[in-house]
Amino acid sequence: MSEEIVSVQGLHHTYLPGTPLATIALRGTDLLVRRGEIAALIGPSGAGKSTLVHFLNGLLRPGARGQVIVFGQDTGAPECDLAALRQRVGLVFQYPHQQLFERYVGDDVAYGPRQLGLAREEVRERVRWAMDVAGLDFESFVDRHTFSLSGGEMRRAALAGVLAMRPELLVLDEATTGLDPRGRSEVHALLHHLREEAGMTILIVSNDMDEVAEQADQVTVLHEGRTALAGEVHKVFAQRELLHRYGVVCPVAADIIYDLGERGLPVASGAITVAEAGEAIWQAMMP
Amino acid sequence: MSSTLIHVARLHYTYDLNTDAPIEALRGIDLQIKRGEYLAIVGHNGSGKSTLAKCLNGLLLPTPDQVGGDVWVEGRNTAQPEALLDIRATVGMVFQNADNQIIASVVEEEVAFGPENLGVPREELRQRVDQALRDTGLWELRERNPRTLSAGQKARLAIASILAMRPACLVLDESTAMLDPLSRREILALVRQLHEGRQVLPHYMINEQQNLSSGLTIVMITHHMDEVLGADRVLVLEQGRIVLEGTPREVFAQPERLKALGLALPPAAAIAWRLRQCGAPLQENILTSEELIQAVTASVGVRP
Repeated sequence: MSEEIVSVQGLHHTYLPGTPLATIALRGTDLLVRRGEIAALIGPSGAGKSTLVHFLNGLLRPGARGQVIVFGQDTGAPECDLAALRQRVGLVFQYPHQQLFERYVGDDVAYGPRQLGLAREEVRERVRWAMDVAGLDFESFVDRHTFSLSGGEMRRAALAGVLAMRPELLVLDEATTGLDPRGRSEVHALLHHLREEAGMTILIVSNDMDEVAEQADQVTVLHEGRTALAGEVHKVFAQRELLHRYGVVCPVAADIIYDLGERGLPVASGAITVAEAGEAIWQAMMP
Repeated sequence: MSSTLIHVARLHYTYDLNTDAPIEALRGIDLQIKRGEYLAIVGHNGSGKSTLAKCLNGLLLPTPDQVGGDVWVEGRNTAQPEALLDIRATVGMVFQNADNQIIASVVEEEVAFGPENLGVPREELRQRVDQALRDTGLWELRERNPRTLSAGQKARLAIASILAMRPACLVLDESTAMLDPLSRREILALVRQLHEGRQVLPHYMINEQQNLSSGLTIVMITHHMDEVLGADRVLVLEQGRIVLEGTPREVFAQPERLKALGLALPPAAAIAWRLRQCGAPLQENILTSEELIQAVTASVGVRP
C-alpha cells in the first residue's frame, strides 16, 4: 500500500462561530489520499467539499475537533511550516478569477516561483513549462492581459500558476466546470500526464459523475459535512440506492447497465464508464 | 401577433473595437427565434455563445458600424434606447453563477426587485411575486435570506426574479454549470415546465402579450450535451458563426462533425455508437438512455 499523503480524521468546521450567521460546514469528515492516486471528492452542493479542500494546504486549520495530516505535517500544530506545505500542495479554486491578480498572464504564472527566490532563468523555464502543460501557448499568451482571457483560458491560467510551483499534490476544485467537451478532455489528459510524467498526486472536486467515473481511481462522498462513503470508484458507484440517499447520482453508463439488468438482460454489473458499458452490453448481446 | 419573437440579422459583435487587438466574437449571425420555441445553443469556449445571448436583450448592442447588424425583439430594435426597458422585461437572462445576480437580503424582495423597477402597481406586484415564488417552488422559503439557500435554490430564485417581470423568453447562459447533478435535473425540469406552460399557463393567460397556446420561449446555452436533447432546435456556434443547425437528432447524427467542432455525444449516444462500431444491430438515432435500453432489449428479445 502506498504512502498516505493526506489523512483527515473527524474534522469539524463552523464558519463564523458564535455569531447569528454561524454555519456548520463539516461535522466529522474523513479523507485519505495516497501517493500517485487520482482521487475524487463528490457530494451535493453544501456538503462541505470546498471547505474540506481549504484545509489541505492550511488555508483553514483544524480547531479542537479533528486532525489534518498532510505530508506528515499536522496542520493544526502551531509549529506546522505552512509556507513549505503550500509549495507541496497546489490548490486551483472553483472560480479562477479569484486567484488571478497580475496584469499580464506571464507575471501571474510567475508569481509563485518568484516568491521562492528562484533565478530568473529558472522562473522563466517553469512559467513556460506550466503554461504549455496547461494548454496556454507560451508565446501567444505570456503578454496577454489576464482579464481579457475567456472563462476557459482563465481556468488554464489559474492552473498554470499553481503548476509553476511544481506541487506534489494538485487539488482542483471543479476544474472543468464551464469548459467545453474538448477543453474537459484536454484537462483530463493533463491530469494523467501530470501523474505519469511529473509524479503528482491529484484530488479533484467534481459534480460531473461521468468525469469521476472516467478519470478517478478512488472517490470520497461527502454528505452534510460527513464522509458518507469512500473507496474504489467501481465499488462506490455500485451502491446506487445508498448514493441516492446521499443526494448523489451514478454515472449515466452505470445507470444504463443497472436498468438493463432490471429489465432482464444478462449484463455483467460493475461498468461505470462509456467504454466499460459498451463492452458489457456487447458481451450480453452476442449470441 | 407575429410568430417570431426575436429576429437577429447579420449580427456582428467585436470586443475592444478601438484597440490594436479587436476580438471578433460574432461574425454575421442570422437567426429567428419563434414564440414558444425551445432553442439550445452549443459551441466550444470562445465560440460566441454568451455574446449572442447578451445581444438578445440589448445587454450588448451590435457593433456600431454599417455591418453591425440588428436585433429585434417583438419588432423593436435593441439599438433604440427607449425600447430597452421593454426588451429586457420581455427577454430575461439567467447567468452561470446565481450569486452574481442576487442582490436583496430576503427572497421575496429579490423577486419583487425587477417588477418594482418596471413600475408595476403594488397589488399586481404582490400577485406576480407570489406566482413566481409558487411556480419555482420557493413559496416556503420566501422569507429566507438568499445567502442561506442551496445552489439549486439560488438558481430557482434567479429564475423567479425573471418570471416576476412576465417575460416571453428566458435565456439561460450555462445556468446549470455550477450545480450538482440533482439540482441540475431539478432546474431542467423547472425550465421544461415553464416552457410547456404547465402550472404557469393560467397566470400568463392574463397577460395579453403572451401567446396563449404555449409557455415560455427558452434559449438554453450549455456545455452539457444531455441538456440539448429536450430542445426543438440546436444551433452550433464556431468562431462567431452558426455552423450547424437542426433538431437534436439531426445534429447528433454527425458525431465526427461534432468532434471536429470540439463537442461530444451524450453518454447514451456514445455507448450506442460504440456498440454499432462492434457490429451491434442498433439504429443510428439513439440519443437517450431510455432509447438505448429499449433498442438493446428489443434486439436481444428480452421481455420486460
